[in-house]
Amino acid sequence: MKLPDLTELALRNLRESLLRNSLTTIGISVGVASLVAMLSLGIGLQQLTSRRLMKSGLFDTVVVTSRRDLRNFGREEERSGPAPAESRILDEPTRQEIERLPNVSEAYPDIRFITELRYEDKPHLTMVAALPTSAKSSDAFETVQGQFFSSDVAPEAILQKAFAEELLGKTPKPGIDETKVAELAAPLMGKELTMRYAQRETSKSASSAEAADKTTSGDHSVSSAAYSVVSREQKLKIVGVADLDPESMRGPTRARVFLPLGLAESLHVMQPTDLREISRAASDQPVYSSISVRVKNPSQVQKVEDAIKKMGFNTFSILDASRSIQQFFKVLDVFLGIFGSLALAVAFIGIVNTLVMAILERRREIGIMKAIGASDGDIRKLFFAEAGAMGLLGGIVGVALGWAIGQVINVGTNIYLKSQSFPAEHFWSVPWWLVAFALAFSFFVSLAAGLYPARRAARLDPVQALRYE
Amino acid sequence: MSSPDRFSSKNAPVVGTAVVNSPAIRVQQLCRHYRMGETLIRAVDGVNLEVRAGEFIALLGSSGSGKSSVLNLIAGLDRPTSGSVIVHERDLAQLSREELAHYRLHTVGMVFQSFNLIASMTLAENVELPMRFAEVDRAKRDSLANEALARVGLEERKNHRPSELSGGEQQRAALARALINRPQLLLADEPTGNLDSHTGTEIMNMIRDFNQQLGMTIVMVTHERALAERYAQRLIFLADGKLVGDESNSAGATEKDYPRAETDRP
Repeated sequence: MKLPDLTELALRNLRESLLRNSLTTIGISVGVASLVAMLSLGIGLQQLTSRRLMKSGLFDTVVVTSRRDLRNFGREEERSGPAPAESRILDEPTRQEIERLPNVSEAYPDIRFITELRYEDKPHLTMVAALPTSAKSSDAFETVQGQFFSSDVAPEAILQKAFAEELLGKTPKPGIDETKVAELAAPLMGKELTMRYAQRETSKSASSAEAADKTTSGDHSVSSAAYSVVSREQKLKIVGVADLDPESMRGPTRARVFLPLGLAESLHVMQPTDLREISRAASDQPVYSSISVRVKNPSQVQKVEDAIKKMGFNTFSILDASRSIQQFFKVLDVFLGIFGSLALAVAFIGIVNTLVMAILERRREIGIMKAIGASDGDIRKLFFAEAGAMGLLGGIVGVALGWAIGQVINVGTNIYLKSQSFPAEHFWSVPWWLVAFALAFSFFVSLAAGLYPARRAARLDPVQALRYE
Repeated sequence: MSSPDRFSSKNAPVVGTAVVNSPAIRVQQLCRHYRMGETLIRAVDGVNLEVRAGEFIALLGSSGSGKSSVLNLIAGLDRPTSGSVIVHERDLAQLSREELAHYRLHTVGMVFQSFNLIASMTLAENVELPMRFAEVDRAKRDSLANEALARVGLEERKNHRPSELSGGEQQRAALARALINRPQLLLADEPTGNLDSHTGTEIMNMIRDFNQQLGMTIVMVTHERALAERYAQRLIFLADGKLVGDESNSAGATEKDYPRAETDRP
């Protein structure tokens, strides 16, 4: 029998016992809907999480530290590399070298220091960090009040919300923090901060002495390290207040005031590492305690990390953490999928039951069809077509139903989130492939359910079937 | 194939003469045994029979004589326990299930005592159903179904369902369905059993027309000897699965003795 005829006859047969077949189809729909709902919740949560994490810049960043940085000494991974004393230092040429690596979009030094800032003649002690211009596009500064730095060397500062509160003498209330960033930003914008800091100043004489030593003895490491520390002041204009999550990856070393990177570099602020390097520093070139490397695509983080390790540095990325997060979501998806499929399994049994009932009911009809020339294949295909049609119809209704359930939950949850003054989130996602997958899954599950009944109908003895009243 | 006079008598002699005199059906040592619990039932037990092409025979016997079993075996609905049914030089016992279905579709047309139309389909759909199995195009199917229904005088009722029709009309529709794939063999199992005598006559006249005008070979099962004598050219008697009599019947060959029913159009 041809497919159009098959479909037509199948649909006619489905219409004949409309109630029973509708109920079975609804069963399939509920199964598909639960599958779609479960999976789209899983996918949505995963997307929400990775969207947040990706934007945070954590997943495409590799932090490079020198092996000389003995804070990490004794960790297992370092033992495999060159001895700390022989390893290279992180200086400007190294930074440029790293930046030239494939898949690296930028490498910038991590400059952060604790210093005193004066606002309206009151001192405030806090962590200051430098930001590259590329940070403008990151998630954290999307919600900045005011604007980003006008240039890489502008004497400007962006404050973290908590620091802004401190400057204004507002103590954050415990519990839900309801202070609006805009309220904080308004009185501070354009105001001046005075930053006091320690500048590392290489002494000219030491530098020339080094040059002289080089020619004579070759032992230059001690004499070259001479520099002086000078106290300086820098005026900064407040251009923005950012609503940053205070519990970010950096934890205790989180900065609360941000400067443009170019400006921070030009200040030559005395770094804690300078003291450690005092006996080794070879030149007046700035030596960085760590460099942040931005990778073009999170999937290439591992490659970049390996390349940098080969250069003789320690690296750290949150990739391992992200792996376990991905793994968690895979497991979650599997579980959600299994629970969703349970309903479909019940629907499967429903289809088998309906078709077996249909065979009993239409036994005589099958006998007639065989008597007038239907082959076993025709009968089998007819039952298959009925199962497939129920599966497809159930799948379509189910996807729509699952989508609707998702929308309702989405809207409902967002109303709740809003009432708790959290921003609305889109944590429900029904991608097109899930729709296609759900339809195909329900179709093939239904066909599988039709396997046994179709076979049974096809093998029916026509003489017996015709005798049946 | 789709010529308008497909079911008219013009073509009939051609079909008839082509196969006349060679046996259309040869039944040899045919046995069909069933096991029912401990007892073995010999529904058909060593029947030998030859039916010439274009012949109209009646299988007679009381209930349980095995006449319907013989018919089912000839129809390819059942397989013999032993022996053979050879139709147009093909031994049905040797055919696969698929080939048997093809045989039923193209070589055999069947009518039953209980009409066996599919209740959920209209007459037109019932009549064209065999053509769906034969994968005939829709347009051709429609015109052939209309033609067949016109031949049995039901073209105006083609969109009715069987339950809306009288028994006679249902049996006429069943005849139209049996004819639709142009089979050479018409097998009728008590075709008038559920009809009153007037309607029965109407149906029998149609069957005789198929025999005489289209040259179809007809095997009819009945327990009414009078009916068989009126129409069949040969009467085969069965008892306990065995052939117990074979009489030729000259009356069955002629039709002029019996007036046609007015619905029966040539």
